[in-house]
Amino acid sequence: MSVPRFWRRLKNLYNLIGTHCKKCGEYYYPPRNMCPKCRRIGQVVPFKFKGIGEVVTFTIVHSAAKDFAKNTPYILAIIKLEEGPHLTSQVICNHNDIHIGMKVKSAFRKLGEESEKGMIYYGTKFVPLADN
Amino acid sequence: MRDVAIIGVGCTEFGELWDKSFRELFVEAGISAIEDANIQGGKIDALYVGNMSGGRFIEQEHIGSLIADYAGLAGLHIPSTRVEAACASGGLALRQGILAVASGYHDIVIAGGAEKMTDVSVEITTDALAAAADREWEGIMGATFPGLYAMIARLHMHKYGTTREQLASVAVKNHHNGTMNPKAQFQNEISIDAVLNSVMVADPLHVFDCSPITDGGSAVVLAPADVARKYTDTPIYLKASAQASGTLSLHDRPDITTLDATVAAANRAYKMAKVTPKDIDFAEVHDCFTIAEICAIEDLGFVKKGEGGKASESGMTAIGGKIPVNPSGGLKACGHPVGATGVKQAVEITLQLRGEAGKRQVSGAEIGLTHNVGGSGGTAVVHIFGRER
Ligand SMILES: [Zn+2]
Repeated sequence: MSVPRFWRRLKNLYNLIGTHCKKCGEYYYPPRNMCPKCRRIGQVVPFKFKGIGEVVTFTIVHSAAKDFAKNTPYILAIIKLEEGPHLTSQVICNHNDIHIGMKVKSAFRKLGEESEKGMIYYGTKFVPLADN
Repeated sequence: MRDVAIIGVGCTEFGELWDKSFRELFVEAGISAIEDANIQGGKIDALYVGNMSGGRFIEQEHIGSLIADYAGLAGLHIPSTRVEAACASGGLALRQGILAVASGYHDIVIAGGAEKMTDVSVEITTDALAAAADREWEGIMGATFPGLYAMIARLHMHKYGTTREQLASVAVKNHHNGTMNPKAQFQNEISIDAVLNSVMVADPLHVFDCSPITDGGSAVVLAPADVARKYTDTPIYLKASAQASGTLSLHDRPDITTLDATVAAANRAYKMAKVTPKDIDFAEVHDCFTIAEICAIEDLGFVKKGEGGKASESGMTAIGGKIPVNPSGGLKACGHPVGATGVKQAVEITLQLRGEAGKRQVSGAEIGLTHNVGGSGGTAVVHIFGRER
């Protein structure tokens, strides 16, 4: 992904900032500048999520695209945040421990590395809530 | 709105075709469709070309012009339009062609698709295909296509007790059908054990759960139903064309194990054709992964949600079963040149309804359905065709 495109999303990726619609009360992560429920009458404001959630489903990726080839195998999961929205992220834990329903919390980690440009991405991954 | 018929079909062989370029693939498929329809090139009013990622796979955009030129139609200034919806590009090109004929804007239309996927490395292909998901919120987290479908599979197994063997039975059946399709990339039988022992791609999906990387092209010739018999004794009539959108990201789906765009497109198509799922004699569905075929037969209403695994294992979807699914061998055995797949499905339905499918012929085929999906379900296209108008 291009550098400006990544930087534009930095605050959202680093701090788990999404959006909240004051009209209908819905929370969105990833952020949306229009509430799909209310559309033009929605009132969308930034919202920082607590970062506590649960694993809805997961996989262990063994064969990755080029930017992630060095990281395999890794756990990819869909996580339901306490506030409601679902997101896709990686979970850092023992591969034998990961399970549907596992409670997790967000953590700041390296996401990946662009092979040609050598750029390193950081962002939010998840770790078991039990770990402190 | 006018009724539409398919009057000719063509398809290249599917596979790793080192000696064939993108433009050659499309032209080869187009010419065989035109010859099948027995029409002159000058009769063609418009071209629609399904192509997902010429920009990534062959570093070529402006695909519409390229194809018109190499099909010998640029001198006649025939309009040519590229259509893109990731892996549903072909199905959508077909639908655009249908809309053009139905509206009365054009009479004879070629709808085709082609993809040349083997000129770049597997990592680049994987990355190009990952562009069908949300790059900013799925791709950047390390999501791959097998990874997304693996998460659907994991939850399906958890919620409905679907087994690894049931997933494998889809691949075994489609490989078996592929042995009877001379155009298929894989024409060999495989066993359940072979699937389970193949390399792990994204747990629980192994490499034999995945459709392969493929080069290929396919095309159909469309005409107004009223004049179709002027061109052929065996026109195949369109009964419904439906398209639906879903969320781009898998994580935003209301139910991760349901492709709700498929449900919506299917319901629209059944309503338009005035049929129910029970009236469908056979179907070509989007089995980019084994779990995708299981979800498809559920979301299309052939079986209840959660029963797709059992149905696949029971032989219900085999040729000779209650509802044969992917008699061509599907994406799994034919291969999946992403822009061509949706059109190839219509080619297979046409051959089956004409009774020209050879060893893999479904007996008593009167009504057939195609189901083409973009990404993890952001786009779904469903067509229903019949032997009778
Ligand atoms: Zn709202």
